[in-house]
Parts: sequence; C-alpha cells; structure tokens
Amino acid sequence: MSAIVPALIGMILIAAGYFFYSKFIAEKIYQLDPNFETPAHTLRDDIDFIPTNRIVLWGHHFTAVAGAAPIIGPAIAVIWGWVPAFIWVIGGTIFFAGVHDFGAIWASVRNQGRSVGSLTGDVVSLRARTLFMIVIFFLLMMVNAVFAVSISNAFVATPSSVIPAWSAIVVAVVIGVLIYKVKVPILWPTIIGTIILYAVIYLGDQVPVSLPETFMGLGAAPQWIIILFVYATVASLLPVWLLLQPRDYINGIQLIIGLGLLFGAVFIANPTMVAPMYNTVVPEGTPPLLPLLFVTIACGALSGFHGLVASGTTSKQLNKETDARFVGYLGSSGEGLLALVTIIAVSAGFASLGEWQTVYSEFGGTIGISTFVAGGSQIVQDGTPLSREFAATLLAVMAVLFAGTTMDAGVRLQRYIIQEWGTIYKIPVLQNGYVATFAAVGACLALAFGAGGTSGQGGMEIWPLFGTTNQLLAGLTLLVISVMLVKLKRRYIFTLVPMVFVTTMSFAAAVYQLWDLFTSGSYVLMALDVVVIILATFVILESWSAFTREKKAAAASPG
Amino acid sequence: MRITWADIKKKVRWVAYWASEAYNAPYRGMVARAKREQDDLFMLLIFSEMMGVPNPATYYTLELQPIMLEKFHEWHKRAGMEHSPLDDFRCC
Repeated sequence: MSAIVPALIGMILIAAGYFFYSKFIAEKIYQLDPNFETPAHTLRDDIDFIPTNRIVLWGHHFTAVAGAAPIIGPAIAVIWGWVPAFIWVIGGTIFFAGVHDFGAIWASVRNQGRSVGSLTGDVVSLRARTLFMIVIFFLLMMVNAVFAVSISNAFVATPSSVIPAWSAIVVAVVIGVLIYKVKVPILWPTIIGTIILYAVIYLGDQVPVSLPETFMGLGAAPQWIIILFVYATVASLLPVWLLLQPRDYINGIQLIIGLGLLFGAVFIANPTMVAPMYNTVVPEGTPPLLPLLFVTIACGALSGFHGLVASGTTSKQLNKETDARFVGYLGSSGEGLLALVTIIAVSAGFASLGEWQTVYSEFGGTIGISTFVAGGSQIVQDGTPLSREFAATLLAVMAVLFAGTTMDAGVRLQRYIIQEWGTIYKIPVLQNGYVATFAAVGACLALAFGAGGTSGQGGMEIWPLFGTTNQLLAGLTLLVISVMLVKLKRRYIFTLVPMVFVTTMSFAAAVYQLWDLFTSGSYVLMALDVVVIILATFVILESWSAFTREKKAAAASPG
Repeated sequence: MRITWADIKKKVRWVAYWASEAYNAPYRGMVARAKREQDDLFMLLIFSEMMGVPNPATYYTLELQPIMLEKFHEWHKRAGMEHSPLDDFRCC
C-alpha cells in the first residue's frame, strides 16, 4: 500500500476531529463562552497571567508538548504492525488527547488559571492531590532516564549527529546572549542561527564522532549517558534566557522544517508501506498488543504531561475562553501528526519486508530515534534532492534536540519538587539548588543504569513503564474534568470513557510487566513497576469514590 | 502587481513580530519573575539600614528611597501586608 494513503486518511480524520468533534465538545460539553473573562484578564500581572494571541499560544503549546516521545513510542509500537499503531494514534488524538488537553485548559481557566495538580485537591480530594504529585515525580524521573538512553543510542547509531547536536547548544547560547544582553532584534539571529545550524549538520555529516568502544569498563552508550547527565546538571542550573529559551525556539523552527520536509517527501516519493499491517510473527519476547500498545504510544495519542503544560502555563495566557479549542485541541493534533509521520517513516522507509524484520528483531532494544532516522532519511532521499546521510543527520539532530531540551527542563522541574519537599519537611540541605539538582540527577542516573543502560544494548525496557505513568497522569486529569462535568450536571461520558480506558490499560500493562521484568531479572524496574501498580490502584479507587460521591451529590441538589 | 520597499518592510516587520512572540511568550513569566527577584534584592539593600542591617553605602542608597517608593508599595502588597512594615517609611 502506498504511504500516501495512511498519511492522507490520518490528516483528513484529524482535521475532521477538529472541525466536528472538538466543535461539539466546545459547544455542548465544555460550553465555552466567548464573553467569559479569562484569568489572563482578571488576574493579569504581565508575568504569568497575560492575554496572548491564540496563534502564538498554539505555537507555544504545540512545541512544549511535541518532543521526542511521539517519535520513540510509535517507532517501538509498529512491531505489532502499522495498523494498530495508526488506529491508536489517530483515534487517540481525536477522542482522547484533544479532549484531554482542551479540557485541562478549560478546567484551569474556570478555576482562576490553577494547575490540574492543585485542582485535584479541591475537585477530587487531598489524597488525590498527593497521588498526583507522586505520579509527576516518577514521571519526571523516568523521562530523564529514558531520554538519556534514547539520545545515547541515537549518538551511537548516527555518529554524524554528534557535532551538530552539541553545536546547537553553542548556537542557542549565542542567540540567547545576542537577544537578551546585546538586545539585537530577533530576525537576524534567527536567520543566521538557522543557516549555521544546517551548515553544521553538513559538517557533522563529514566528521562523524564516536566515543571509544570501552572506557573504564563502560561502552560508548553508557559513556554518552554520563556526559548527558553532566550536561543536564549544568544546563538546568543556568538561567533560562541563556540556554533553555533559545533552544526551545530553535527546536520549534526545526520541528516545523522537519515535519514539512517529511510530509512533503512522503507525498513526492510515494513510498510503499513494507511493514505488515498486522504483524502475526512478532519476535520472541514481544509483549501482547493488548494492553501494551496503549502505554507504548503515550505522547502522540494521549499524554498526561500535556495536562501540566495546558493548566500550568497555557491557561494563564488564554485571551478568550473559546481559544481553548484552537490551542488545546489543535496542539495535540499537531503532535498526532508527528506520531503519524513517524509511523510512516518506520513502516515505509525500508526497502523490503525482510529488511524491516531485521530492524524489528526484538521489542524495545535500540528501536526508537535511530529507527525513525533510518526510515525517515530513506523517504527524504527519495522525495527530495538531499542525500540520505544528510537527511539522517538532520532528523537525528531534530530528535536529539527535543529529547535534550526535555531532559534539562525535566531535571529543572525535579529540582523544584525536591526543594519544595525540603521546605515542607524542613530539611534545609534539600532546599539548596545544587544539592537538589545532584539528588535529582543521581536518581535519574541510577534508574538509567538500573534499567539496562550499562550494556549499551537495552535501556528501552523502561519505555512502557514511562508510558504507563504518563497515562495514569492523563487518567487523573480526565478524572478532574469528569468530576467538574458531573458537578455542572453535564454529559461526562466523553471524558469518563477515555479515563476508564487509559487507567484500565495502564493497570493491566503494569501488572503484565511485573512478571516480564521478574523473568528478565530487571529488579530495579520491577520495584518501580510495583510502585506504579500501587499508584494505579489508588488512582482507580480514588476515581471510583470521587465519582460516586459527586454523582450522589449532584442527584441530591436541585436544578 | 508591483512590490514596493514599503511592502517588503511591512512583511519583514510582520515576520519579526511573530518570531519575537514565539521567542518570548513561553518564557515571559519566568524571565519577569527572575527580574522581580533581582529587584527585590536591590530593594533589600536600599532599605537594609531601616531593618537593622548595617549598610556602608547608606549615604547613597538613602537617595534612592523615594525612587523606589512605588516598587516598595507593590512589594509589601504582594507580600500580603496591607500597610508598609517599616515605621520610618510609610508609603500608604
């Protein structure tokens, strides 16, 4: 089958989801009011609360939520065949992610722009709020570990991406200094920075860099993991204007260029989907599709992390309540498109079924960014004048930069949480920024190595566990929205069904993995999985109790 | 259709506006908060003598107090104090 077919069908369905389903949700369920004064106006302080143009806000929301995860998840999940991944990405984007992101903005806007975590305490219970904080902490820990492993795998698989990926940091710092300190207007640094970035990609292509095969008993991949955590430690302690802000901006530009290039190349090259539609001969050790598919692809179909962005920053900048649909629903639609193009790249970017099967010879392993790069670069070569090597470097750099930015933002957030614990539990040493950062990085590093990163072969075993935690967070956000709808006596089925579905799938996946991790001897991950199962159990019990309580209360109240 | 310099300039300004918004909007709050923290530290230096903290540069910082009046008022409101906490510096 031509890859244009799924590309076109996916794009049409996502567009239909925006024009019809999100309109229905906006008008009938969330009942957005164009005259409602949003917190950006009522609480305006020009710091957190500031009315922002909806297109700018959409760009911000989209680039904040789209990262390396919608690339890695679908790349792994195609092992079950491309159709299940396609259905979950498209269906998930339309009925789950869109409603979740959009709903998180709405819930926050209707509650003085407060974050979902804080709302959980009021709307559901204080217990649920504690649960929310614990889930976030584990999620951040796993994000940092899993992305460090992914980047290291990408550096080993595509040595040409090493120079451009690290040069991007230098470019970002120079842009940051020029704009913030020298006060240069933004246009020139943008143009020159982008040109330098792509010129360095060419240079990287000519000068690939590989670390020694072993150094002090560590392979190349674990060496990279250590270097990346040293980088993340330093980067997370720098002021945001110096590195994080310009890097995010560069990533946004790269994302738009990369997405355009890939979709354009698919339509010009018209490759064939060589991967099986439904893979009946999965490699040994591959877990069952049900429930693992629904946690392997989290970002790209549904992700709890989006709720944090939606209610943490986006809701405080919403100019009109009706903009929530455009920003939230279309933001997740953009991410769905990135996941879609990844599915196409890893299904149609190989010459034959045999070649595809060689790549997908085991579940997880080194599949991820490098698979996306291998498949995507072939399609770009066929559809554009660019060489395969150049395209491979370009795509690898794009994915590595995403994962890198998420890592340094993740370490920064974890530092805040540890510092907050230091304040709550009166442990002065934890309030120190450096101590908190080292504690955060230490935990993530232990997890990355405990998850098999030392071998340089695996490490991606942790991926489904990360997806499970992410989905639990999404379940909690959907619970908050559903309870709000019950209180308002509106139809809650459109948020409750996704909530029940993801929470059940997450629980089932965590239980399945427990046995799997026990037999493979991954005891660190097994311990983590036990924690996830306990968390999932509490989420289910808490949801049940909150829901029945609110339903009774709503039935008893008049009107 | 003739394209004039004015048209090009207009387009460039339009692109620059969007680029600047894309760059600044996500971090506006964070940068403004960091700036506010620096301003608060500066204010602490200016008012340190009044709070019993010796300041060798009082001679100079005293001159700055009237200039800081408005910011001081904003600060004590933000800190949850209805009126100025300093007896010798009544801003409201």
